[in-house]
Amino acid sequence: MTGVTLFGLAGAILAGCGVYGLLSAGGGLGRILGFNVLGGGVFLIFGAVARRGAAAGFHADPVPQALVITGIVVAFCATALALALLVRLREVEAGPAPDDGKRETER
Amino acid sequence: MSALLVLAVTVPLLGLAPLFLLRPGAGARIAVAVLGVGCAITGAIAVQVARTGQALHYFVGGFPPPLGVALRADGFSAAMLCMSAMVLLLTGLFAIAGGGGKAPRMPAAFFTLLLALSSALNLAFLAQDLFTLYVALELLTFAAVPLVCLEGKAGQLSAALTYLLFALFGSVLYLLGVVLVYGLFGTLDLALLARRLAQAPPSGTFIAALALMSAGLMAKAALFPLHLWLPPAHSGAPPAASAVLSAVVIKAPLFLLVRLWSDLAPLPLAQAGAPVLAAFGALAILFCGVVALAQDRLKLLIAYSTAAQIGYLCLMFPLAAAADGQWSALAWTGGTLHLVSHAFSKAAMFLAAGLIAEAMGHDRLSGLAGAGRVAPVSVAAFGIGGLSLMGLPPSGGFIAKVMLLTSAIHQDAWWIALVILAGGLLAGAYVLRVVVIALQRPEPAEAGRVPPARECGARAGIALALAFAAVLLGFLPLAPFAFLSIGRPLSWTGLLP
Amino acid sequence: MSLLFDAALCLLLVAGALGVVTARGARRAVLAFIGYGLLLGLAWVRLDGLDVALTEIAIGSGISGVVLLRAVRAVPEAPRPGTRPLAALLSVGVAAALSVMVLALPEPAPTRAHDVAAALPATDLGNPVTGVLLVFRALDTLLEKVVLLLALVGVWALSRDPSWSGRPAPLSSEPASAPSAFLARVLAPVGLLVGLYLLWVGADAPGGAFQSGAVLAAMGLLLLMGGQIRPPRTSSPRLRLLLLAGPLGFLAVGFSGWATAGVFLGYPPGWEKPVIIAVEVAITISIAVTLCLIVLGPPSAEEGT
Repeated sequence: MTGVTLFGLAGAILAGCGVYGLLSAGGGLGRILGFNVLGGGVFLIFGAVARRGAAAGFHADPVPQALVITGIVVAFCATALALALLVRLREVEAGPAPDDGKRETER
Repeated sequence: MSALLVLAVTVPLLGLAPLFLLRPGAGARIAVAVLGVGCAITGAIAVQVARTGQALHYFVGGFPPPLGVALRADGFSAAMLCMSAMVLLLTGLFAIAGGGGKAPRMPAAFFTLLLALSSALNLAFLAQDLFTLYVALELLTFAAVPLVCLEGKAGQLSAALTYLLFALFGSVLYLLGVVLVYGLFGTLDLALLARRLAQAPPSGTFIAALALMSAGLMAKAALFPLHLWLPPAHSGAPPAASAVLSAVVIKAPLFLLVRLWSDLAPLPLAQAGAPVLAAFGALAILFCGVVALAQDRLKLLIAYSTAAQIGYLCLMFPLAAAADGQWSALAWTGGTLHLVSHAFSKAAMFLAAGLIAEAMGHDRLSGLAGAGRVAPVSVAAFGIGGLSLMGLPPSGGFIAKVMLLTSAIHQDAWWIALVILAGGLLAGAYVLRVVVIALQRPEPAEAGRVPPARECGARAGIALALAFAAVLLGFLPLAPFAFLSIGRPLSWTGLLP
Repeated sequence: MSLLFDAALCLLLVAGALGVVTARGARRAVLAFIGYGLLLGLAWVRLDGLDVALTEIAIGSGISGVVLLRAVRAVPEAPRPGTRPLAALLSVGVAAALSVMVLALPEPAPTRAHDVAAALPATDLGNPVTGVLLVFRALDTLLEKVVLLLALVGVWALSRDPSWSGRPAPLSSEPASAPSAFLARVLAPVGLLVGLYLLWVGADAPGGAFQSGAVLAAMGLLLLMGGQIRPPRTSSPRLRLLLLAGPLGFLAVGFSGWATAGVFLGYPPGWEKPVIIAVEVAITISIAVTLCLIVLGPPSAEEGT
């Protein structure tokens, strides 16, 4: 049992926590957090895979690490868009602002 | 190495600059011109594939896999590329044909998303690397979700959020599968993986990875039972957006599902797993078809119809994975043809439904009597597009269903044949229901409320053109189409130096 | 000894994740998430993924945290229902299945390190992750820049103003407090230096465009919070040029690769490092501006108040 295996197992458990968060969330924000935790767990498993592939003078296989960087940025974009949708949905549900009607008739 | 493949992915991105920097009107026209160029590029790819009889490929950056990323166009990809390019171009023309108040609410956003969709779809059809396909799927999601809520109403925002969450869930499942595959094999290139998998029986981890990736793609493709996001999202979007979403966006994850099971999974595994996918497909056809019958809103009906029609492709899996060469090739052609003709007919139906709703002021079926007089060309487009959905000759849908039925009967897959027939009956029921209502004379009490005929000619003409494209596909010969088999199965001898 | 440290870190990580998904109240969950993100960054350091650690802390925990905190303020959160046994069972099952698969990974582990080591000297780079991101798998990075841009378009599409002519709402409705303004004036130049250093050093050591872009975006947000600058007008052509500089600049270099190296996204032989750094600069500017604007949100309908 090496440190790398520990992190891989931690990633698996994190993925489980993320699934729990997705399924038991009370509202969109909880689901988004659950999705982030799940994604973090998946990336951590990838990181363990990368560390196991250390060779040729590198401490870890650089390809999975590059893929994880891409994945983190994409996950952030997803979080941001989902949150923007959530906030706008609550705004629209709460009722139109005074200048909304004027904007729509101006079009 | 064919540079056309790179152009197909990158040329649509060039159209983003005018949209951001110029006035929306000029930017929109340039965007449609770029979509036209994209059409030409995909046509050139198809011609080159047909002429050389081989798949085209390109190593981006000059680095062959496993270090670099490869793009590859076989017959199936080329057909999908042409289909999506044509639908996107016609939808773009539809959007700018409606001047003034009929144009999309936020033209800069709409055309940016359309161009991004073009690039994402082309990448999904061409990329050979599992992670590049993940990026393509994400690009697709980010281009499609804002299209749903462009008009800013609460119902649309809620539908867009549900769509996004389902799509993200699918992405994470897919990524988990990719992680496991890399952990097992150290490469993500489809050709190399297929070669490695052919050498030794796949391990349990690989089967789990394939299942995860398939589940993720099923969530993105709205395959039963993960279809709940599709009806509100596709029906709530503006008409041009609904057309694109139902016709082409939903096809990319389905295409990837086919890619994974036919090119990646070794044949015994594919034959074991195919009936499971077919079962989901059958449930989609029957369940969603019945729900479509019960709808009162036209756009919701068409959206449920999309969810049902997706099942047909999954029915193709066990038929095409069989060891029998002749009937599996027929099923392959039938499934692909169904994908393409459904794209044209569904786009036509959504555009027509949008025009009918605009002319009548609403899209409730109970109040659509007299629509045939108010918007005749749109109702005609709807009906002709529906021909393909029902599987009536002459139409691409008819040819596709006949091929699938023949293949099913010859391979003793009776339950598949029954499901295809039942699906055709259900589709006939809901399409005819709409057409009959539209052609009815309105009740005298209602006659005063029917608006005078003021249909926009150009846009209705575009819907009709799409419907005729679906019909034209019906003139293909009733035999396995050799073009679709170019480059299959994955022949890796010519791909690596 | 290090195994003990790793074990303790893993336990903390799991505790943090549990805290996020079972927290009472959205605000607590978000704060737990930010802390958990820092721990995750530490885990990446232990896994010898320093570039990833920097990205996780800057983007995954930092800027995500800012967006989440802003959303918590705007969204009245539904009360969390009691623990769901079926969901718990499913998640335990998922965790168990994944653990089995992690333990069953093949030995010796397949790796691409040899290929990267063989091809890296030609690019004159010292950081293999930068090499993979910008040279070997440059297509993925190029399209990921487009994904970032699309996320911004998606956020802007939620605006009430269809012509995108106004400014995004400021980060807080009250004028900036004096400590906030002081912090912004003192920290922003330092942060700018750190960001530029991360960009420059990323060619040979951990760092690079994404990390640098995130730090620069954070400095931009700091200046906005401190009232030192106003949110920019969304219709400004200069802003839009900065947004497009990354993806279109990268695309232009890719096309020029046909002329110089005979292949799309190929770098001119002998000039790899300068061109890569130029691309990184363009990407960093775009990333910084895009991240900042994504956090700010959609342009409001009012005309520049």
